[in-house]
Amino acid sequence: MATAESNLNPNEGGERLWRQTYAGSQSGEQSESGFRKQSQINVGETERIVSGIGGGLLTAYGLTRGDLIGVGIALLGGSLVYRSATGHCSVYGAAGINTAAKENMTSVKASSSVRVDEALTINAPVEEIYNFWRNFENLPQFMYHLESVTKLDEMRSHWKAKAPLGMTVEWDAEIISETPNELISWRSVEGADVSNAGSVRFLPSTGGRGTVVKVELRYEPPAGKLGAAVAWLTGEEPSVQIRDDLRRFKQLMETGEIPTIEGQPAGRASSTTKYDRK
Amino acid sequence: MKAVCWYGKEDVRVEEVPDPKIINPRDAIVKISSTAICGSDLHLYNHMIPTMQKGDVLGHEFMGEIVEVGPKVGNLKVGDRVIVPFPIACGNCFFCRKELYSCCDNSNPNSHLADTMYGYTTAGIFGYSHLTGGYAGGQAEYARVPYADVNPFKVPDNLSDEQVLFLTDIFPTGYMAAENCNIQPGDTVAVWGCGPVGQFAIKSAFLLGAERVIAIDSVPERLAMARLDGRAEVINYDEVEDLHEVLKEMTGGIGPDSCIDAVGMESFGKNVGAIYDWVKNKTGLATDRFHALRQAIFSCRKGGTVSVPGVYGGLLDKVPFGAFMQKGLTMKTGQTHVHKYLPTLLNHILNGDIDPSFVITHRASLDDAAEMYETFEVKNDDCIKVVLKPDFSGGNGKMASDHVH
Repeated sequence: MATAESNLNPNEGGERLWRQTYAGSQSGEQSESGFRKQSQINVGETERIVSGIGGGLLTAYGLTRGDLIGVGIALLGGSLVYRSATGHCSVYGAAGINTAAKENMTSVKASSSVRVDEALTINAPVEEIYNFWRNFENLPQFMYHLESVTKLDEMRSHWKAKAPLGMTVEWDAEIISETPNELISWRSVEGADVSNAGSVRFLPSTGGRGTVVKVELRYEPPAGKLGAAVAWLTGEEPSVQIRDDLRRFKQLMETGEIPTIEGQPAGRASSTTKYDRK
Repeated sequence: MKAVCWYGKEDVRVEEVPDPKIINPRDAIVKISSTAICGSDLHLYNHMIPTMQKGDVLGHEFMGEIVEVGPKVGNLKVGDRVIVPFPIACGNCFFCRKELYSCCDNSNPNSHLADTMYGYTTAGIFGYSHLTGGYAGGQAEYARVPYADVNPFKVPDNLSDEQVLFLTDIFPTGYMAAENCNIQPGDTVAVWGCGPVGQFAIKSAFLLGAERVIAIDSVPERLAMARLDGRAEVINYDEVEDLHEVLKEMTGGIGPDSCIDAVGMESFGKNVGAIYDWVKNKTGLATDRFHALRQAIFSCRKGGTVSVPGVYGGLLDKVPFGAFMQKGLTMKTGQTHVHKYLPTLLNHILNGDIDPSFVITHRASLDDAAEMYETFEVKNDDCIKVVLKPDFSGGNGKMASDHVH
């Protein structure tokens, strides 16, 4: 993971937003340095729980595979259980990462956050696309991991999302910057289950092809980057989610509906299979 | 309803499955009157295409009557008689607007798979694996058609099912193959493969002004059809020593102006996971056998065009790219943009320029689909094209055919 500074590009509005958000967490970073030297525990509480559960599942899965890959998976699972039990992760130790000290931070840190960038061109006028997105309550129509978004006032909204392993996460978000038909950026406020910040930009495409929608999202996974890895293994990784979300957004904007095969006939019990995105 | 379902290699069965229903507002339901088995269905039958799942309903060449329309389908009504193109188009994306319907950006719900395999997703296709959307196909009594305001094409009542059924795939596919040849007056077009698509490519090449068509295959009845129905000169490649020399000699040393590969991959490989991973990792392993394409490139005249309607799925090894580059060839290919060609081709049928039913050798009941797949696969009984009807009442098997032999 590159540092926030090396990712910065002053020409891009979304990056400036990120600089802002990152700057807000600087003090938290500094206060950790003393703590890190004193304790062997460098894995946060939530992350330890997820490590334990995820590690156990991986170990069980690896052992049932009965092949060389299975052995590898089981070993990985075992190491997760170990870090869960001891609270110490040697990888984090070597990398200088400590997630134990920053569980209650509200803004998104570069060192432990995951960044997702996706872009797609939608053949529709920018006003139509912007207005649909700006009404955040529309988002669960194409962002399938969102359970609901509720408008609190013009700038604030309450978000509820499905998280890996059947958990639910909630947060309040506020709009921090907005230019009609160009940009919406937001961040979670104090007390979020998952600290996150993001922006969506709307740019005219070349040759009258419609509107380029660029989403940038940064979030701190519930259990640090390890949580992100577990999410990836369980198929709930955000970069994949966002790509699917944007694809569905495009389908909805361009065709008025999202194509699906759920509910169609098949010579088996279920209409869909493991290959089909739900 | 009854439907032809896939259960594995050489295992298709007619099963009782739930009737399709309207799922999205732009859907329609078609009661199927005729459906065909396509050569590309044999790739599924042989389990050469990945992402097939037990119970998938097969079939992408079908027609019938509209029996139900979704609330957003304004241009169709119950009772309309339609053919349904095999690629599913949304009608409004950049690609559909450019009439590149088989490249539709929106109709494949499994765009993530196609993105991984091909860099970008292509259109959904009926009954053709989950890579192209996993849509239930039309070898059934009923089918659900998405984006029904764009896809089904109304056909006149004075034409029989068999005259219009092949507008769904093989006629436009052969026609696009010939159109991609950019045929000029006096041109000679060589066609590898005399299956149904090859037969339509031969006829289309003449429709588009070719002076000579040379057809290449090894199956005697297919060569006979190309010669007698298609008026092509034919070469049985099993009976010649060096195909390239023969083509060279037949064209006065120039070579065919355009070469059509209507054969496509013969094999996709067997290990689904391995292929998927290899492709994903962009390593250079071949997955398709494509000797016809090598020959087409090698034998094409300098500055000529290689047109590829044959289906390929993965990576090709030992492409004679030196010959391709040094001779300054052009290659055109793609899944067929069926919708684009329908008005033109319907006119050709109405004008009597072509009667697409010439390619049919077998008619059978939908109930006998499994047997007909086998007949088609092993090319028993001179089988070239099979049409299945849910309400078929005649005897199965080869129809009386006075012009092939």
